[in-house]
Amino acid sequence: MNERENVIEVTGLRRRYGPAGPDGFEAVRGMDFTVRRGEVFALLGTNGAGKTSTVELLEGLAAPTDGRIRVLGHDPYRERALVRPRIGIMLQEGGFPSDLTVTETARMWAGCTTGARPVGEALEMVGLEHRAKVRVKQLSGGERRRLDLAMALVGRPEILFLDEPTTGLDPEARQRTRELVRALRAGGTTVVLTTHYLEEAETLADRLAIMRAGRIVLAGTPDEVRAAQPSRIRFTLPAGLDAGELPAGIGEVVPDPTDPRTVEVRSRSLQRDLTDLLLWARERDVELTGLDARSASLEEAFLRIAESDAGAGEAGATHAEPVGAGA
Amino acid sequence: MTVSSRATDTRTADTRAATTGPAAPGGHDTTPAPPPAPPKAGARTARRLLGLPDPAALRRMGSIGRAELTLLLRNRTALMMALIMPFFMAAATYSVSREMDLAEVGLSVGALVITGGIGMILLFVVYSNVISVYVARREERVLKRLRTGELSDGEVLAGAALPSAVLALAQCLLLVGIGTAALDIGFPEQPVTLLLGLLLGPALMVLLAAVTAAFTRTVESAQITALPLFMVSAFASGLIVPLETLPDTMADIFRFLPMTPVIELVRGGWLGTLEGTDVLRALAIALVWTGVAVFAVRRWFRWDPRA
Repeated sequence: MNERENVIEVTGLRRRYGPAGPDGFEAVRGMDFTVRRGEVFALLGTNGAGKTSTVELLEGLAAPTDGRIRVLGHDPYRERALVRPRIGIMLQEGGFPSDLTVTETARMWAGCTTGARPVGEALEMVGLEHRAKVRVKQLSGGERRRLDLAMALVGRPEILFLDEPTTGLDPEARQRTRELVRALRAGGTTVVLTTHYLEEAETLADRLAIMRAGRIVLAGTPDEVRAAQPSRIRFTLPAGLDAGELPAGIGEVVPDPTDPRTVEVRSRSLQRDLTDLLLWARERDVELTGLDARSASLEEAFLRIAESDAGAGEAGATHAEPVGAGA
Repeated sequence: MTVSSRATDTRTADTRAATTGPAAPGGHDTTPAPPPAPPKAGARTARRLLGLPDPAALRRMGSIGRAELTLLLRNRTALMMALIMPFFMAAATYSVSREMDLAEVGLSVGALVITGGIGMILLFVVYSNVISVYVARREERVLKRLRTGELSDGEVLAGAALPSAVLALAQCLLLVGIGTAALDIGFPEQPVTLLLGLLLGPALMVLLAAVTAAFTRTVESAQITALPLFMVSAFASGLIVPLETLPDTMADIFRFLPMTPVIELVRGGWLGTLEGTDVLRALAIALVWTGVAVFAVRRWFRWDPRA
């Protein structure tokens, strides 16, 4: 009964499409991480960061170019017959025959699955029981996603892989899917999910990893990832003052390149630095217009990583050390 | 995670179900299934030595086959083609073959038409139909989804082809029955050889359908990509014109076409005209084609729609 048992272990993972050299493309460029039994692990990243390429390797749909993967102690590609009965997969773009009904589709899938749960139960779990007799081609995009999720749940998986499970769902269905993930986690299922929605990762994930260009650039619990980011204070100085006159030691002062009087302070200790700043302002009788102070958020961490992606490419490498990855 | 805490989780979920109704996601057992016990090694080894798929694999293929049967019954066009075309083509052969001098090569018109009809069934019901099935399922991303489950690649392909193959086999047996009872061709002289032909034929057609599907972009274009094998088989594999009526060199070349050994086994097995070496040669050619097709499927079959 080891609660810290790793159900997924990844070391030095690489995946290359096409030949070596400029004609090929390396989507996964050296990833190391572990997922522990019973936790929800989220992979975040902009489009093209390599999330789906990574998840496909974990699912055993393709062999990695390099590196080692163990899922439940086995190689998911070479030993897929041992791994597949114990995992559930929801692809980002999977399909079902358009002329079968929802129930017929689920029955087909259950017939291919060891220890399948009753078809009706799987459909109820995703709230699709009222559409049981409807043909797949008449389902909405969101309903198809939920059918796909129901199929992933049919085998009562120990590990559930969800590639963007809530994309295309309306807010109510999205909420419902999140509640389902929580219920599964409470029941002991390990969940690996990719998502575009930061608040989804923030509220669901026990641990998350933010990917950029095939690498993990930031990883840890949502709190750890947030804590790794500086808080931010923004304001505009009155005419005649410039950023050089601000008190020393309030964090990194970054003037706006287009308007040097508008200042952003990146702070590791928001309360202390803000107090220093405000005391300074009262002493000098300076009005800080548009004063705005906010704690670090996951969104900010994500945007900074995305920005560094658009800009200097490898400049974000300062974050390359996973935060608390071993915690 | 201890056993006792799991039990508590389940109970909490059940309580919630009672208050929020059956539709709540928490109302279901969300605990994972325990890891499966390893299969009995002895039974598995015995099955592998005999080359038999294990019962779970058969169940999986049966499940895909059942779904495909439902889809075939809902696809009026495909169903009509499969039920009517082979018999229509056989009838057309009948009117042609009456012009031929068949007595010289020891064939009756009935025997030529019925055994040729079996070839037509293999082409229309298995080859052509299965190409459409594979292409349609690939384009709907069904093959991609099926590959995420417990099925092996071979099980996916075999399961999807199952209804077509079974329907074709039933039609072939119907023709054998008609030929024996109504057209005084007589009972099959070498039933084992005939049966080999009837089993190898659909298997080879399914594999060739998978190869053709690899080079077929849409269900509509399958009518074009299926044409080469259709034409070559119909005119050079003895479906309409028996090889025996052709010049020897031509017949010797045509013997190496994929459909020819199947027709030879069926026709020769029924009429008892095949020597032992002829049977072996036909079997060898059919098996080589099977091997080539397996290689081609592994090499070129696409599970994902073209980007």
